Amino acid sequence: MKSAEPAQSVLQVYPPSEDGLVFSIVGPLDSNTTGQAWRTALRVLQQANPRRVIVDAARLTYCDGAGAALLLELRRRQSRRRGTYEIRSLDPAYQAMLDLYGRSDGPTPEPAAPAASPVEQIGRATVMLGNDIVVLIAFVGELCAALGRAVRRPRLVRWRDAFVTAELAGVNALPIIVLLGFLLGLIMAFQSAIPMRQFGADLYVANLIGLSMLRELGPLLTAIILAGRSGSAFAAELGTMKVSEELDALTTMGLEPVGFLVVPRVIAAVTMTPFLAVFAGVCGLIGGAVVMLSLGFPLVTYLIQVKSAVTVGDMIGGLGKSFVFGIVVAAIGCLRGLQTKSGASAVGESTTRAVVSGLVLITIVDGVFAVIFYALRI
Amino acid sequence: MEHSNHRPIIQVSHVTAAYDGTVLLDDLSFDVYPAEVFGILGSSGSGKSTLLKHMIGLHRPVRGSILIEGEDITTAEGRERRELLTKIGVMYQQGALFGSMNLLENVRLPLEEYRDLPDDAMDTIAFMKLQLVGLGSAAYKLPDEISGGMRKRAAIARAMALDPRILFLDEPSAGLDPITSAELDQLIISLARNLKITFVVVTHELPSIDAIADRVIMLCEHTKKIIAEGPPNALRDHSENPFVRQFFNRQADAAVS
Repeated sequence: MKSAEPAQSVLQVYPPSEDGLVFSIVGPLDSNTTGQAWRTALRVLQQANPRRVIVDAARLTYCDGAGAALLLELRRRQSRRRGTYEIRSLDPAYQAMLDLYGRSDGPTPEPAAPAASPVEQIGRATVMLGNDIVVLIAFVGELCAALGRAVRRPRLVRWRDAFVTAELAGVNALPIIVLLGFLLGLIMAFQSAIPMRQFGADLYVANLIGLSMLRELGPLLTAIILAGRSGSAFAAELGTMKVSEELDALTTMGLEPVGFLVVPRVIAAVTMTPFLAVFAGVCGLIGGAVVMLSLGFPLVTYLIQVKSAVTVGDMIGGLGKSFVFGIVVAAIGCLRGLQTKSGASAVGESTTRAVVSGLVLITIVDGVFAVIFYALRI
Repeated sequence: MEHSNHRPIIQVSHVTAAYDGTVLLDDLSFDVYPAEVFGILGSSGSGKSTLLKHMIGLHRPVRGSILIEGEDITTAEGRERRELLTKIGVMYQQGALFGSMNLLENVRLPLEEYRDLPDDAMDTIAFMKLQLVGLGSAAYKLPDEISGGMRKRAAIARAMALDPRILFLDEPSAGLDPITSAELDQLIISLARNLKITFVVVTHELPSIDAIADRVIMLCEHTKKIIAEGPPNALRDHSENPFVRQFFNRQADAAVS
């Protein structure tokens, strides 16, 4: 609610004389009037460069913190220029206020250093990335140890949490997986059918849909949805627990956060992701079938083509990938949650990092699988 | 403190507050005078913070009025309400500083939103307010990097950014060590005496009340009414209400019966 019109100036400036530069304040010097007075006074001070500045406060009717700031700023600038400064006829009450505000509690700190040079920023980012990789490796080790303990002593696992998480991350994600899988298959079939028809190869749209949905896109789509829905939720949940010191409470009770919180979530995600990937793949095939039927191919032809194109190895490969994607997304979501710093924005930052890291790792893992499948000739 | 020559700066008249049909405050009336430190006391659950939230306009009472310098904050709307809010400053129990801004930026924020001042003037004013509460050297630190006591002082500096005539403090001493708490008390007294700021302080810290309050009211957890009003010393020594004596003498329930 800044004032729409500039306040009438309360600062009268007398031309510099032998006495020095004289400012006279007429009326209230408060936060409404100080803005204009500030600009005028500092401009005149810079132009006149006087040895002596006198402020006549005889007609000052009111002064608040903003007014006091102006009077003190004039004093500070004169002192820096080794000039003299005098306030005349100031009401004792305002003088007391000026004394109170004018007290210094120590040296003035410097503002934060300006942004580093690009080279320094690249260096810092590299070091941070290196540290992040080390932390990730350590976390993977810790998680493996915790999962090993869970396998040896399954009663230690909080199965109720695992089931609840499986419902949230798996069952509740089913509608969006079904919808997106179906649409992906439909769109891909439709887009590829048009150019392939020109070569009389539109029958092979079924091969394309079958192979890509079951081996590649089904697991990938599932992993991306998992990262967006559940990876972010894990990070937010654990991040909030970190901010509210619940993780510290767990640790002081002798319960390791990784075993207590991360293992159930990873188990839930790992169990549910292959199922979701199967749903995504099957729905993609149904989407492709709709297009093929509309192009005049009988359903049985479509199914035979799919069967001839997709081997058991492809399907197992797709399921294996989705299994690993589930581990990666759940683990990175939990890790980002555990890494949450303090402050209101920290949880949001962790959530974003969980999704971004999840997507990056999914891409990397997918690339690694592609190389492995190529080497194994699957 | 003599009030005969002053008009109240805050007038609370017949305020009744309720939530979901449960009465939290029942027909409260009291006045606060300029430049006094006014305490709101009571046990946990007596409605102290509820009363504060009504006085600063966060909640509206079901009945009654709360006049701040003659304007009713319970009915003020739009521009009138925004102008009224610039006359008060509030320090919340945890400070409520914005975590993404350093202390200087926190104090600057109200100036940027409400005042037409040059950039360097806003910096100077914000820095001056921080120096006033002894935090000039921490001006560029984030709230996370300072202690709880410093956060409360920074919150006072932010509440004072627009030079309000009234400051509301919610549990200023809660969670602080005795030395920091005493320093905060000294700051409140200094601001009230030197800058003529009126303080309304919600607290149940007895040493703080003794040190700073000119006058207090005490709320009752059961009746939801004011059961005592006056200077803290007078209430401790002369109150006929057993709960008031119990409160001031820090006795458990059994000691009263």
